[in-house]
Amino acid sequence: MKTRVYVTLKNGVLDPQGKAIHHALEGLGFGGVNGVRQGKLIELDLDDTVADAAVEEMCRKLLANTVIENFRIERV
Amino acid sequence: MKSAVIVFPGSNCDRDMAVALELVTGRAPVMIWHRETELPDGLDIVAVPGGFSYGDYLRSGAMAAQSPVMRAVVRAAGRGVSVLGVCNGFQVLTEVGLLPGVLMRNAGINFVCRDVSLTVANSQSIFTSRYEQDELLSIPVAHHDGNYFADSATLDRLEGEGRVAFRYAERVNGSVHDIAGILNTEGNVLGMMPHPERMVEAAHGGTDGRRLFEGLVGTIFA
Repeated sequence: MKTRVYVTLKNGVLDPQGKAIHHALEGLGFGGVNGVRQGKLIELDLDDTVADAAVEEMCRKLLANTVIENFRIERV
Repeated sequence: MKSAVIVFPGSNCDRDMAVALELVTGRAPVMIWHRETELPDGLDIVAVPGGFSYGDYLRSGAMAAQSPVMRAVVRAAGRGVSVLGVCNGFQVLTEVGLLPGVLMRNAGINFVCRDVSLTVANSQSIFTSRYEQDELLSIPVAHHDGNYFADSATLDRLEGEGRVAFRYAERVNGSVHDIAGILNTEGNVLGMMPHPERMVEAAHGGTDGRRLFEGLVGTIFA
């Protein structure tokens, strides 16, 4: 079963990469971009037997650094 | 005096660290590959060197923190062995939970590679006893992810307990409170982004890093 994990920076954590992308978009002439935050998408191919709790543990132990990052699990 | 340097795939300051440790301890450190599950008996110092362990995949230090050898390093730290993490080593120590907070991408995105001014924020630790309080040092940095961040409760605790060892005396990477290096609660683990091992001989352009190693050796022998 495909499972997607979205890892994003917590609110209030400065995202210099997002800022740089924002500036680059403005440089390309795109208007109306109010902000950019960069995150990660991690796709897992899992056996159906893998429980939600186990995926959550994967996120906490490795996929996200919960000091600065949130994660969201989406089972496809 | 027995020291060890941990070597991950992608470490690139391991040999500089070994040279500095040998210079000061008089004995070549044991180089320990990341797959090892135990450290040699009787170690006094473990150094986690700079570099790009596991290609910095996922996050700097994240994969190295899961390596077998780091479990052994965490156990050693718990027994009171001195652990020094420099640059990528600092990132590994935060990811493995020996030190709080995280090293984020530098504010301004740039890889910063130059000598920077630091101040000694706590000269009472086993790592900093050969420095004067608030002494100004010049030590090189070379990193992309050195922007220290921790929540305000953690920062209050670090400041309140005197666990900020070094601060940048100039703008370098956006670190909160200009933090360049921090200690664990017990004071036997130091993580820092600047490279003291690159400032141990006059030919390096200065020797400000050398006293960190000398202080460590002096304290352990005392």
